[in-house]
Amino acid sequence: MLDHELVNRTLGTALRTGGEFAEVFVEDKRSTSATLDDGRVEELTSGRDRGAGIRVVVGDTTGFAHTADLSESGLATAATAAAAAARGGGGGVKEVAVRPSAGPAPRPVRISPEDVAKATKVELLSLADAAARGESASITQVSARYGDSRRRILVANSDGLLAEDDQVRTLFSVSCVATGDTGLQTGRESTGRTVGFELFDDADVEAMARRAAGRAITKLAARPAPSGAMPVVVGPGGGGVLFHEACGHGLEADLVAKSASVFAGRVGETVATPLVTLIDDGTMAGEWGHFTIDDEGRPAGHNVLIQDGVLTDYMWDHLRARKEGRPSSGNGRRQSYQHLPMVRMTNTFISNGTDEPDDIVGSTESGVYVAQLGGGQVNTATGDFVFGMTEAYLIENGEITEPIREGNLIGNGPEVLTRIDALGNDFSMGSPGTCGKDGQGVPVGDGTPTLRVTSLTIGGTAA
Amino acid sequence: MVELAELARKILASAPPGDDVEVCVGRAVETSVRVHGGQVESLTVAESHAVGVRVVTGSREGHAHAGSFDADVTEGLVGEARDNASFAEVDERVGLAVPDGVAAVPVDRWDPTVESTSVDDKIALAVALEAAVLAADPRVRGVRASVYGDTRSERVVMSSTGIDSHTVGTMASLSTSVMVDDVDGGTRTGGAVDAARGPVGLDVDKVADLAVIRGLQLLGAVAPSTARPTVVFEPRFAATVLGLVASMLSGERVVKGRTPFADRVGAPIAADLLTMFDDPTDPMSLAAAAFDGEGLACRHVPLLSDGVLDGFLHDTRSARGLGVRSTGSASRSVRGAPSPSHRSLHVVPGTGDLASFIAGIDDGLLVASLQGLHSGVNAVSGDLSVGVEGIRIRNGELAEPIREGTLAGAIPAMLRHIVGVGADLEHQPGGSIVPTVVVDGLTLGGGG
Repeated sequence: MLDHELVNRTLGTALRTGGEFAEVFVEDKRSTSATLDDGRVEELTSGRDRGAGIRVVVGDTTGFAHTADLSESGLATAATAAAAAARGGGGGVKEVAVRPSAGPAPRPVRISPEDVAKATKVELLSLADAAARGESASITQVSARYGDSRRRILVANSDGLLAEDDQVRTLFSVSCVATGDTGLQTGRESTGRTVGFELFDDADVEAMARRAAGRAITKLAARPAPSGAMPVVVGPGGGGVLFHEACGHGLEADLVAKSASVFAGRVGETVATPLVTLIDDGTMAGEWGHFTIDDEGRPAGHNVLIQDGVLTDYMWDHLRARKEGRPSSGNGRRQSYQHLPMVRMTNTFISNGTDEPDDIVGSTESGVYVAQLGGGQVNTATGDFVFGMTEAYLIENGEITEPIREGNLIGNGPEVLTRIDALGNDFSMGSPGTCGKDGQGVPVGDGTPTLRVTSLTIGGTAA
Repeated sequence: MVELAELARKILASAPPGDDVEVCVGRAVETSVRVHGGQVESLTVAESHAVGVRVVTGSREGHAHAGSFDADVTEGLVGEARDNASFAEVDERVGLAVPDGVAAVPVDRWDPTVESTSVDDKIALAVALEAAVLAADPRVRGVRASVYGDTRSERVVMSSTGIDSHTVGTMASLSTSVMVDDVDGGTRTGGAVDAARGPVGLDVDKVADLAVIRGLQLLGAVAPSTARPTVVFEPRFAATVLGLVASMLSGERVVKGRTPFADRVGAPIAADLLTMFDDPTDPMSLAAAAFDGEGLACRHVPLLSDGVLDGFLHDTRSARGLGVRSTGSASRSVRGAPSPSHRSLHVVPGTGDLASFIAGIDDGLLVASLQGLHSGVNAVSGDLSVGVEGIRIRNGELAEPIREGTLAGAIPAMLRHIVGVGADLEHQPGGSIVPTVVVDGLTLGGGG
């Protein structure tokens, strides 16, 4: 992507005023998206973003500059600006010689989306539209979105590291509105993987559309969610986002270092019931949060965060790891070359238990079954979180009964971990997500088997 | 330096005749400082570029965008957008904005101190903010972030249909998030932000004081039990909640039947206490603008008068869908298609303020934070279910603080049950100018 000699010269310029560490991150990203709404293919968009972000570290200070100009002078200007921002003292000339790492090679995709005709992509949208509308006359609106991206990155730093990756992601989502006695109800389904157009070998867009339509139709007959604390059973794949928000963020080393995490200083302590093993794994091939190298050039890792209820480690990026004299865990990520990397999750999941899912529901006298959670939010300093429930049912006398709508789940992450009393053997990854932190969004995956939390608060409208 | 108008003209000129082509070119220069422990944690200085091209040909629309002014990237954009348009379906609503004779009201959005203030002085603001927070109260345990940021931005929208708009603006902000030790060993947090056209307008002490007060007021908070209190939204939350209402008045939602208010023009949809309009021509609003995202003049758009729905916010496309004129409310990033949205929400002041409202409530809740707004609001149905922290109001006085609560209900019902609109207008960083608003009809839930 960039001549290695030019990379060396740019790093040298970045270090000229005495920086301790310098890094060049080059990105070239192409994307295509198409949307269908109201029965019509509306917008086809092509995007191209190309540029470099350069950071220089002096002591605890990071200077950062980015540029869309990848010429020698453009890079030199950005390197000088980053160095000035980091206020390097010292001086003198530092020579840097990067060498390609012997790390993992980019994972090839089988069908590059760039080689697929736009008409073929658009056709998927129409198929989904027809399938959703065919489900029921009560489906009054359908929107669908196709998206693909190819992101090539090069990372080089003054430690001599040079690594490249070629990341292809493909995404499809469909949303439906059903109209009935309870007004307008919505249902959604999505799939996204770090693969090429072969995504659609497995993902049947018509089946997805029917599931989205089914969710909306189900909610037409749903009653308002109850309010109060009660047992909650979360279905397979539906609740990974809960652990991403409620626990994962608190295990990010940058937040831990600022004591902005409820898990600070607790490594080695029991923080969850022994059923719980929480893992963050960027190596899971094909998953939405997968990559070969992170945005600091480190190989993706399989990191056990909680083992049988005991907190084992946090997630690390280069800066935090360097401070602690340990290796990065491959969790340094950034939204684009215009952003500084920080500690981010990849694919975060609770590993399988041994309970039969039916037994978990069957042994729940009364409570709520959540099949799909919507977006959520956590205050990492307190662990308090809130989530929307996009598909949920009452559990009465050990059986899943009536659908409920428009409620959210609220609770505290560390408390939830100590209240998991049943864990199923039916692990599944959930829907693709975008995790937001300090204004940066990155693709993440999550997953869980069926599990039960003995008490969570549901905030609904039923009296 | 690349002259934006020149680049836009060049791209327009490269388009084959016959198609309608719109070019949007933007540039932003940003400075961002994060401080921790009295030191600069990171300092970002950068300039970013973006070009977006929209082509309408035979009632089909296509887009292409790039984050670079390099010729090898920009010269293919028109062709790419044309090609994309060929795969879209015919839609009579599609069309570029055409000059409509409404004169733009010039708004001075440029504060030269963004450029003239030294980086050292900007860093000093963030350092001073962190120090002020830490010194404010012994219960303050730490500061998660103390951040100064500013941008200088410039945008040109030009089209083959005669649009030619050029806007420049500056913005600066200062924000912090404070952590406070609670009696039970837990942590409560408080945050505050100030925004102005430039660093000179920012008030370090105000941001520090507000963040600390907001953290301290939640000490000892407990989970609430289920109730239907009268809910008091301070201006910053009133802006959030009324912003949700305004988003439900987007013409695009009306065209697609995605709002409960689609057929209600001329009918009362809110209590008669509420009169609300969008007005980006008000220079007092931080979101003030002369031109919208399609290059039409921004203007005063009435939304609610004494609770009666006046109309909707439109861009060119939604207006064509309903057979009306654009209200100059197109909002967009350079990277995508415009859509209608409010910019500078104004509420006509009523009577009373926070203190007088609290004094008149027997069973209420003063909201201190709202969580999960991005997932808990269904703009199609109007249902709302969000996380809440706050302070209960009992017999006219502030009582116990609560956390891990939820607030749920339906926005249309909430609008009809507005029982108070204050006189205490406040300018919000996001551009709204709104007072305290008090509502009935929401359910407070919790595990208490």
